[in-house]
Amino acid sequence: MKMHRFEEIWLIFAVVIIVGSMVITGYQAFALGMGPPSGKEVIDPQKVDETAPFDNPGVFEVGDKEYEVVMTLQAFSFDPGEIEIPAGSTVHFKMTSKDVVHGVQIVDTNVNAMVPPGHIQTITQKFDEPGEYLILCNEYCGTGHQLMSATVTVK
Amino acid sequence: MESAVNQSFVQKTSERTMKFLGTNPKDAKLSLTFFAVSFVALLIGGFLGLLQGLERAGVITMPAWFDYYQTLTTHGILLILIFTGAFLIGYLYAGVSHTLGGLLPKVRKMGWISFTLIVIGTVVVASQILIGEASVLYTFYPPMAASPWFYIGLVFVVLGIWVAAFGVFINVANWRKRNKGQHVPLFSYFATGIFILLFVGTLGVTYEVLTLIPWAFGWTDTVNVMLSRTLFWSFGHTLVNVWYLTAVSAWYVAVPRIIGGRQFSDTLARAVVFLLVVLNVPGGFHHQIVDPGFSEGLKFMHVFMSLSIGFPSLMTAFAMFAMFERAGRKKGGKGLLGWFKKLPWKDVRFLAPFIAMATFIPAGAGGIAQTNFQLNQVVHNTLFITGHFHLTVGVSVALTFFGIAYWLVPHLSKRVMTPLVNKLAIWQVVLWTVGMAFMSGAMHTVGLFGAPRRTSFTTYNESAQALGWDPYLILVAVGGTLLLVSVVMVVCIVFHLMFKAPKGETEFPVAEVEDDAAPTPKWTERWSVWIVLMIAVISMGYVIPLVDLVMNAPPGSPPFKTW
Repeated sequence: MKMHRFEEIWLIFAVVIIVGSMVITGYQAFALGMGPPSGKEVIDPQKVDETAPFDNPGVFEVGDKEYEVVMTLQAFSFDPGEIEIPAGSTVHFKMTSKDVVHGVQIVDTNVNAMVPPGHIQTITQKFDEPGEYLILCNEYCGTGHQLMSATVTVK
Repeated sequence: MESAVNQSFVQKTSERTMKFLGTNPKDAKLSLTFFAVSFVALLIGGFLGLLQGLERAGVITMPAWFDYYQTLTTHGILLILIFTGAFLIGYLYAGVSHTLGGLLPKVRKMGWISFTLIVIGTVVVASQILIGEASVLYTFYPPMAASPWFYIGLVFVVLGIWVAAFGVFINVANWRKRNKGQHVPLFSYFATGIFILLFVGTLGVTYEVLTLIPWAFGWTDTVNVMLSRTLFWSFGHTLVNVWYLTAVSAWYVAVPRIIGGRQFSDTLARAVVFLLVVLNVPGGFHHQIVDPGFSEGLKFMHVFMSLSIGFPSLMTAFAMFAMFERAGRKKGGKGLLGWFKKLPWKDVRFLAPFIAMATFIPAGAGGIAQTNFQLNQVVHNTLFITGHFHLTVGVSVALTFFGIAYWLVPHLSKRVMTPLVNKLAIWQVVLWTVGMAFMSGAMHTVGLFGAPRRTSFTTYNESAQALGWDPYLILVAVGGTLLLVSVVMVVCIVFHLMFKAPKGETEFPVAEVEDDAAPTPKWTERWSVWIVLMIAVISMGYVIPLVDLVMNAPPGSPPFKTW
């Protein structure tokens, strides 16, 4: 099969796009620690309320300007529903679902993760700019899905 | 010597093609029946799409007895399963009949069985959504549980698709036995690849659905949520690529003939088919990049598997424009871009697939971008994704299907498209393109701002961030309105071509290879090799996560009805 030189150049360009994507994505994920949320812990989805730490959801200070948010998601709310932290804080979210599959997204940040029942999802975000951030459920979870939201207030 | 053999083979096929021009009437009836169902599904699904757009923008409020999520579930299933599925079978059966000299009587019967199963399945599924027992959307993620009849209906649809697939396998195998040493005509090669992909791609989801039925009946207590989700996506993305490959078949087979050109390269076209078949199934995993339960390393391998599907598409991009240039220059196009003007812009059979291809450039680029980890995390489950697949499936696939219908329907009904109808069809295509540009453009933009997909009208307690999305949602509704006008037009034109247009002969365009084309190597026909490679790639992608999901599974989930 003879190939035109332009076709060869084009296909090399195609390979460069793919390899380039892999290099950049891989570098960001493994060298800069910007990999996607990939919590590996599991939990009995029918016993969330009795299992630590989800028996006590809330915002916990774990260091200087560093917080852990233990959060449960259920149709159609987040618990805790209001989070207040000082500007410049780093927040580690630890989340699980008590019923169906939910998704958590914080608008204007890179927080975006799936939270299916039975799994514990984790994601970290630093909040520099003061303001009110909207947390919303971005996986359809039932008739009240559009009402499922919470807020992060950064002071 | 070899090229002389190839030459006579080409002549023989084109003679055979000529002899059977006007597809066997019994086969034509089968395909037309599929098209009727397909375009009725488009009409209903499109109408529901508009209602959704209007509700999401806050213009109307859907009644409680048929709310936004019922609308959305029906819209998704009708358009991504039934419109496309029925069209695919009608089109591929007509083409197989045309290029292989008629369907075997047995296969024709299988076609009708497939039709019956799909219609029964669709009616059962739709009835469950209508009575409010299945507002689970097209993805039906457990532990949200629909009525068991919803899943049983889906099984019928899948069985219908399988019967159609095996019909084509039997017909092609029979032809190969009767024509030893010859290449299966390119169209039927595409049909084989498409149905292999569709069959293998539906295996995982079928297993999922079979575990959901006893669970929804209450015979089993719990279900493995992440296993179900992973099996679903082994199917979910493969399915859209099946529609895409079907559109591509028309780009390679019919479009060159329509513009008075020749095939760019038979070997390349076949390579695109088997590459898409071999590489496709693990591609669906990129829907799970922000899921828990999988390591980053595994996800990284899947980024590569998803991106690799881009390669055959980039091959296609080159082949198409090279073919256009050749055809344009043959017609006397001079200079760097003179050939471009020589293309038949006023022929809807060309215009529709051309816009479809051109749209695949931004659509494919968006796809490559959002497969990468960090970019995926920005847009996952936002309206950006909805905008993306309204470009890929909603334009690249749908417009190609319309372009096909504009010659295939009159070909099958032994009628012709008049210049006036051609002009109307051009307006239909233009309206569709403008409507989608508004809708998809606004969805992409507002998705980047964070507006979630699959969510009815909401202000999230007057959140300032969410209120900023409203102007874009209005644009989505404007696009949707234009699209519905276009849907009504295409449905009217198709039924006009089926029953009312003047009698006559319309060609089934099948492009021939260039006179000096190199012969296609024999290895392209080795489906056994491609299937083994396909299984190898699927195993690479799925053995580790599936074993992990089963062995290290958390306790399962009981069914929930949250609507």
